[in-house]
Amino acid sequence: MIWQQQSPKQLFPNILIFDMARIVGIDLGTTNSLVAYMKDGQPCVVPDRNGRTMVPSVVALTDNGLIVGDSAKEHLTRNPERTVYSVKRFMGKGLADVQDELVYFPYHVTETGGVIRIRLGQKSYSPPQVSAMILKELKLRAEASLGESITKAVITVPAYFNDSQRQATKDAGLIAGLEVLRIINEPTAASLAYGLQQKTQGTIAVYDFGGGTFDISILKLKDGIFEVLATSGDTHLGGDDLDRVLVDLFIGDIRDRYGIDVGRYPDHMQTVRLEAERAKIRLSDELKTEITIELPEDKGRFTRELTRDQLESLVAGIIERTLAPCRIALKDAGLTPKDIDEVVLVGGSTRMPLVRQRVEALFGKQPHCHLNPDEVVALGAAVQADILSGGTTDMLLLDVTPLSLGIETMGGVMSSLIRRNTTIPASAKEMFTTYVDGQTGVDIHILQGERELVKDNRSLAQFRLKVPPLPAGVPRIEVTFLIDANGILNVTATDMRTAKSQSIEVKPSYGLSDTEVERMIEDSFKFATEDVTARKLIEARLDAEALIKTTDKSLVEAGHLITEEEADGIRTSLSQLSTAKNGTDSRVIRARMAELEQTAKQLNVMMLDHSLKQSLQGKKVSEVS
Amino acid sequence: MDNQQSPPHPDTRRQLQMARSMCWHCQSEVTGEYFCDRCVKVQPVSKETDYFTCLGFPRRLMLDPKKLEAKFYELSRTFHPDFYQTKSADEQTISLSNAAVLNTAYRTLRDSIQRAEYLLALETGSVKDIRTSPPADLFEEILDLQDTLEEYRASERDSDQGHRLRATLQTEQEALERRKEGMEAQLRQLFADWDKLQDAGEATSLARVERDRILKEMRDLLSNRTYVNNIVNDLAATIA
Ligand SMILES: Nc1ncnc2c1ncn2[C@@H]1O[C@H](COP(=O)(O)OP(=O)(O)OP(=O)(O)O)[C@@H](O)[C@H]1O
Ligand SMILES: [Mg+2]
Repeated sequence: MIWQQQSPKQLFPNILIFDMARIVGIDLGTTNSLVAYMKDGQPCVVPDRNGRTMVPSVVALTDNGLIVGDSAKEHLTRNPERTVYSVKRFMGKGLADVQDELVYFPYHVTETGGVIRIRLGQKSYSPPQVSAMILKELKLRAEASLGESITKAVITVPAYFNDSQRQATKDAGLIAGLEVLRIINEPTAASLAYGLQQKTQGTIAVYDFGGGTFDISILKLKDGIFEVLATSGDTHLGGDDLDRVLVDLFIGDIRDRYGIDVGRYPDHMQTVRLEAERAKIRLSDELKTEITIELPEDKGRFTRELTRDQLESLVAGIIERTLAPCRIALKDAGLTPKDIDEVVLVGGSTRMPLVRQRVEALFGKQPHCHLNPDEVVALGAAVQADILSGGTTDMLLLDVTPLSLGIETMGGVMSSLIRRNTTIPASAKEMFTTYVDGQTGVDIHILQGERELVKDNRSLAQFRLKVPPLPAGVPRIEVTFLIDANGILNVTATDMRTAKSQSIEVKPSYGLSDTEVERMIEDSFKFATEDVTARKLIEARLDAEALIKTTDKSLVEAGHLITEEEADGIRTSLSQLSTAKNGTDSRVIRARMAELEQTAKQLNVMMLDHSLKQSLQGKKVSEVS
Repeated sequence: MDNQQSPPHPDTRRQLQMARSMCWHCQSEVTGEYFCDRCVKVQPVSKETDYFTCLGFPRRLMLDPKKLEAKFYELSRTFHPDFYQTKSADEQTISLSNAAVLNTAYRTLRDSIQRAEYLLALETGSVKDIRTSPPADLFEEILDLQDTLEEYRASERDSDQGHRLRATLQTEQEALERRKEGMEAQLRQLFADWDKLQDAGEATSLARVERDRILKEMRDLLSNRTYVNNIVNDLAATIA
């Protein structure tokens, strides 16, 4: 039997999909984040006033409140204990997961309810809350640029993110006041951007090596369908790890040479880390570089030379670690390197020559990165956003789940229900019954991972299935495990005897509960007013500063054209505004600004005259000549 | 059909489990396969629909992978949740669940072994039995192999004995792989027999006997092949 093919749009070609609010695409990176949207069929990244497209994923608590991005980055060395960076590494994790790397972070990390908390001043924040601050910054940036309110987004995550990490990302969106319509994988997002650009067909491998994570995805592109064949990776492997090798080298050197343990000085640790990163980046273009680090306790400065060869021999092992997932992904896709038509590089760390060499050696062909590797993920997210809003209809992404999903069975063994690299949405049904007469519940433990034993896999959640008290073996409860298009698990249960579905309260092993997320959303709205106040103050100060500067300049140039009395009045207003500017009330600043503008009116008139005359003179001169 | 069971605003999930003949939305009779002719709402794929029907293929074992893929892509464009973002919550639920069924169907039919196992389950109504003891003609060989494996696991990898055992295991693995290929060739013959029989479409008793023969031989071969395959994988993992 052949099924008739009719799609709603074919039936009613003239019906327009109702106007949907714009959906933006967001790349929430370990190091840098970006927001993009679709404009006339092309994705574009939203820049800030200075034309910068990347927002450093850094949040700092200052005396004026929380700040995000470039300005927060300046606080890394000034205020290390209160400046959070690389928070993505903590998403969906418990403290035990990150114990080994805590020494590298100057800020204070604890755990409550299976979720990491980061201490900033008097308050503790979960990683989704910190990520939400970055998302809010991107949201504001998009709103300012587009002149409309933004409430919907597609957010990217590393393909190898597990359920808890995806859920944490979704929570971050909610807390930032964004409805997250889709979580999509970073390498697949990149492939969408490429596909749109070049209408590529064939099998491609996307090698994504960023600041904190590594992903490899193998896709088949055909007639607008982007079918992921396999994906693999390591969510704890990125440029950060390369930096740490250099940090260890430098602090070892400093200890040997000066007997100073830099580890005891968080601000200097940050200086070392930033210099390590800068040196690494320089060595992508140069063969050797000079390192300079200010030492604590006025011990002067530490200098040394580092060559590209030295760097490469230090980090070769880490880069090698990206190749094993590549081989696994190839095997899972049933392919060999020569089946790959194109290798695409994504992420800042792929700028390293050694990375390119190793990738080229593995796949036997030169990898390329025609699109800016920093922006391509955000661009792809914008394309996916456009697909969801009905704009782009000829492209469709069929992604996979990166990890096998299963449940705990007798003897602490995991029984797999949905294998890794299964196309999503994917579902599996499992029938449960009782072993004891009158038993009223069955405990179910959900896991993700590739290992035999429960203890070697990642616990996702536990819940208790309610069962009517009946003789053993009589109840039949069917549980459906559904991984949706976000790669996030949904569980439902149906009593087969009554066909009634029951709601399940799942306790996530490493995630925020629904009530906690709700509270955080409320909090974030409360803070929103605080945030607005802080923002207003900063803006008022900037404006005041600008006004003081121009008035000073006018006084110098046109002061002789007004009366001494007028000039004195202006000077008084100026000093009053300076005082207000150092205060914390934006309204006072604005009031003093208005005052100054009033007293300086005459001056401005004269100034205008003056410059007018000058320009006329200028003209005459030029006309004459 | 099930008039008294259809409340005006049915719970979609429950509705998914019922044989479908009526639109869940406007209650008119549905004649198209995926969409209601009257209100154009997407319809849930019935729970009774088998994977062959779902992908629009007859119950045959030699399917053209290109055609299968084309149909899968076409139906993905019909059902994928990406295209239902602007639709009602009910329609989104249906699209999600239809897409999940479609993906399972394609995954099952794409692989010729899984396809045959699935067909066997459909035709004989039984789930595939997992073999725990080696097939008769392999019994001795497998027992010997198990011993060698044990010995190898206990031995020093870099010793002479280790090297010798490893070489033996490698030869053994190759032999088993050849045997597996032999089984697969036999299976392909059975697949062709099955398709021919179905195409002829005769209802004679001879045809029935032939059908039973094919299914039985296929079942034995499939379970032997799975057994051998597991051993090969185990071997490969041990000596890798
Ligand atoms: N020229 C370069 N050479 C080497 N490394 C570089 C270069 N430029 C940037 N990097 C590194 O790339 C990383 C940042 O890359 P990117 O912005 O792609 O990461 P991200 O998207 O924030 O992280 P992730 O995708 O892992 O969450 C940093 O570790 C940075 O040091
Ligand atoms: Mg990235």
